[in-house]
This record gives sequence, structure tokens and C-alpha cells, in this order.
Amino acid sequence: MSLLKVEKLSKEFGGVHAIEDLTFSVEAGHIHSIIGPNGAGKTTLFNLITGVYTPSSGRVLFQDRLVSGMKPYELAALGMSRTFQNLQIFFNMKAIENVMVGSHLHLDRRFLPSLLRLPSVIRKDRQCRESCAGLMEFVGLVKYLDADAASMPYGALKRLEIARALAAKPRILLLDEPAAGLNATESREIDEVIKRVAATGVTVVLVEHDMKMVMGISDHITALDYGRKLAEGTPAQVRANPEVVSAYLGAHA
Amino acid sequence: MTFKTARTGGLALLAIIIAAAPLGFSNSYFYDVAVNAMFNAIVCVGLNLLIGYAGQISLGHAGFFALGAYGSAILTTTYGLPPLAAMVLSAAAVGLLAFVVGRPILKLKGHYLAMATLGIGIIINIVLKTESKITGGPDGMSLDNFSVLGFSIVGDRMWYWTVGVLLVLTVWLALNLIDSPVGRALRAVHGSEVGAEVVGVDTSSYKVLVFVVSAVFASIVGSLFAHKNGFITPDIASFFHSVELVTMVVLGGMASTFGALIGAVILTLLPQLLAAVEQYEAMILGAIMMGTMIFMPKGLLPSLVASVKRLGGGR
Repeated sequence: MSLLKVEKLSKEFGGVHAIEDLTFSVEAGHIHSIIGPNGAGKTTLFNLITGVYTPSSGRVLFQDRLVSGMKPYELAALGMSRTFQNLQIFFNMKAIENVMVGSHLHLDRRFLPSLLRLPSVIRKDRQCRESCAGLMEFVGLVKYLDADAASMPYGALKRLEIARALAAKPRILLLDEPAAGLNATESREIDEVIKRVAATGVTVVLVEHDMKMVMGISDHITALDYGRKLAEGTPAQVRANPEVVSAYLGAHA
Repeated sequence: MTFKTARTGGLALLAIIIAAAPLGFSNSYFYDVAVNAMFNAIVCVGLNLLIGYAGQISLGHAGFFALGAYGSAILTTTYGLPPLAAMVLSAAAVGLLAFVVGRPILKLKGHYLAMATLGIGIIINIVLKTESKITGGPDGMSLDNFSVLGFSIVGDRMWYWTVGVLLVLTVWLALNLIDSPVGRALRAVHGSEVGAEVVGVDTSSYKVLVFVVSAVFASIVGSLFAHKNGFITPDIASFFHSVELVTMVVLGGMASTFGALIGAVILTLLPQLLAAVEQYEAMILGAIMMGTMIFMPKGLLPSLVASVKRLGGGR
């Protein structure tokens, strides 16, 4: 079953086609990677899917529901969550509070009970703190449980974003270059985290430049170039595609 | 854990200071200054939710303060409503106004938001000055004592205890809010709006919510201030009053409830202390402000807490 469908999607920025007539679908339970050279439109595609941008034309269907034009917070409520290539961490908060914001939709958000700190709010908050600590453990951040987000290293912040996105209990998780800027060891750890996330039944859409990682963990790959689909298929099929090789890996024609 | 002790410990300390301070008060002037300091503190604790926690700005909060004051004056004198009802009605009206103007203007950011809120304050000030049939114009309005069910608050001492209790209550509410799902969402708006949106935080609604809450705080204090003073003029809605309120928050420490409180108290007391060197008052005040911002850019309380932690060799 296709969890996410992108149909004839286009996005123009002042005459430049960042995404052009793009169609593909993501199967439930898959790790689906989007690859392509710099400027191919991968991040734009993520921004279109998650409601940060509105498409110029075309549509996005999530669980067979038309979602293009919806706001990111509405999509979050439907079960879509993401991370960012350039981190969007709440540096003014503690690490665990970052993750707790992730469970926003699953908490009592009424104003008066919060203002009066009713026992029910305290109880749910304590449970939330525990489950968020569990998520931090899941992504390998146990030693930062009491840390301020501002004091954490880059690699840890990448994982903190994943924990925050998971706290929203998504059906689909879009990861925008989770391994960018990480060393080989850290990349392998992220690799493990992604596999563990997928094993819990969450569908993962991945944008990544680390080909070793992409080829190793993906069930399906869509290759983009200049905003268009260049190729798609299993890692083996995409790797063997001559167009992908010349556009992306830079073969001498 | 540390947050919890900071909450209860801080609240207890505040209550003790308020209870013990009158031991050092030798005449009613001290009570009067203390009440004004606490009035400012309540407004600033509310304003800090908007500025310090949610990362927005308002240069128009004196306008909301003044609307509360004038609402109470008009409803009690012209329409003969009981003071409590007048205060609640005014606060509701100010909340509604803040909601209506907040929705469009909180889409703006930074300098643009500052300009828009500045505009609101100025408009309120002009309306209070020119609608003299209703507001008495530049001559101002006078009001009676504040009273609830026939029990009136008269004299500086009774005001001191009333406002003292209100301040503790306000700080308690603010601390509750900050450490709740709502408060975390507000802080997340400050941290990264798009980061908050993708996990389900409707950032524009939260910005409007905190704008309304801080405006209602200002309005309630405005009502009480009007009753205590017995007389108000449109000057309370002036741009300078708005700037003064923001300065208190920034000086004391943004995103610190007790910091905002301390900033309000210091900036209320300082002019009184500097009265001895009257002609240099503004200069010294300016120098203190500049020095604080250069050497303690995070504000007094957060900077002090950080240096104490450093000395203790925390991390």
C-alpha cells in the first residue's frame, strides 16, 4: 500500500523549476531514499511534502488524503514528522524539553489546566518526561538527559531532532540528510538508529548524500536531477542505471 | 528536579521578602513605592511570557495597561459598575482587542512587529487624549477606591498586602504555565518556529495566546493602579511607559520570571534612590542600563546565576 503519493508535483521559484512534474510513491513500512546531486531539489521536495512550501501545481496524498496546502502542524496531527538538514533545534530549552515538545499533540494542551498546574497535567507531564527519556535512549543520547540543547555537539543534535520527531508518534518520518557533517562512526550510529526506527513500523523517507548508507538501508530509491525524476527502483537497479551514474556519480561520458 | 526546587524555593523566598519588607518601612512613602514596584513586576512577569519566553516583542503594552485603567474609570464612574466587575469587563475587552489585532500583526517578526505594536500603543494614547467626552482628555479621570462586596481597599498598607498576594499568585501562575505543554510550545516558538510546526505546534495561535495573556495581565494591573492612584491621565499609555516596561524585562533577564520581577523592582526603585542627585538622574540611569547590557547581555538574574554556577565549578 502506498502511504505517500506525490503526483505531478511542481514548484517554481521566480521561473526556476526547483521541482518539475514529479511523480512517485512511498510504500508503507519502507525506507525510501531520495538521492540526487546538490541542487536537485531534494530539500524543496521535503518542504513541499511537509507543508513548509505550497506546490505551484500537482498534489501530495498522505494515506489517500489530499494534504498539499495543509500546514506543517496539521500534517503532524495526521502522522507526518520530519527533521531538518540545517538543524531546527530549540536552543533555548533543555535537550529533553526539545523531545517533550515533540509529544505536544499527545498532551493536555488546554490553557487553564496548564496555568493552574492541575494534578492531571503534572501526571501526564511526568509520563511524557519518562517516555521522552526513553526516546533519547533509543537514539543514543542517554548522557545528554540533563543537558541544555545549546551545550550539545552537532552529531548529538542531529539525533535529538530524530528523537523529537519520534515523540510525535509519526507514521511517516522524513529525514533530511541525517548524516551530513558526521564522521564515519557517527554515520554508522545514525544508520543503526534509522534501521531501528523502521523496525518499529514507521515509514522512513530519507534524503542523504552518504551513498554507502543509502545503498545499505534503502528498500527503494528515487533519484532526482534538476527537479525531475531520473530513475527509481531498488538500490541495485538505481546503482546500475547509467543516467544516475553520469548525473550523480559524475562518470566521464 | 532543579526546576521544581527553583519554583517552590523561589516562590517561598518571594513570599518571605514581601512579608518581611514592611519591617524596614518607616513611613507610608515606602509602601507606596513598593506597591508601584509590585504593579510593574506583575506587568513584567506577563510581558516576559511574550518577550522572554515566546521571543516576540511589544512596544504597546502601556496601551493595554491604560485601557484597563480607563475601562475601570469609565465603567465605575460613568456607569456605576462595581470595581471588580469593571476590572473583569475591562480585562475581557482588552483580551478581545489583543486577540483581534494580534492575529494579523503577530505574523510580523522583529523590527516590523515592534513597529506594529508601537502603532497600537500610540493609537490608544491618541484616542484617550482626544475622546475627551468619554475619557476626560488630557485632564484625566478620577476614580473611587477599589472595593469588593462593600470591603474597600484603602491606604498604602492595605494595598501593599493585596498587591503582594497578587504578585505571588501571578508568579505562581507564570511558573506553572512555563513548565507545561503550553509553555514548552511557547518556548519552542522562540527556539524555531518551523521546528515547532512540524511536531504539531500551531505557532501562530500560540503567539496570539501569549499576546492576549500578557495584555490581560497589563489591563488588570492598569485597573488596580487607577483605583489606587485615584486619578489617571493619558500619559500612562505613552510610548515611554511601554519602553520602560520592556526595559524592565530586558534588564532583569529575559526568559526568567524572577529576573523580570527583579528588573521591575530595580527600575522602580532606582529613580527614587537617584532623586538625591536629581540633575544627573537620567544620566546615571542610562549608564547603568548600558553597563548592564554590555556586561550582562542576558540580563541581571540569568547572568548572576550563570556566574554563581561557574564559581561553584558546576560543569
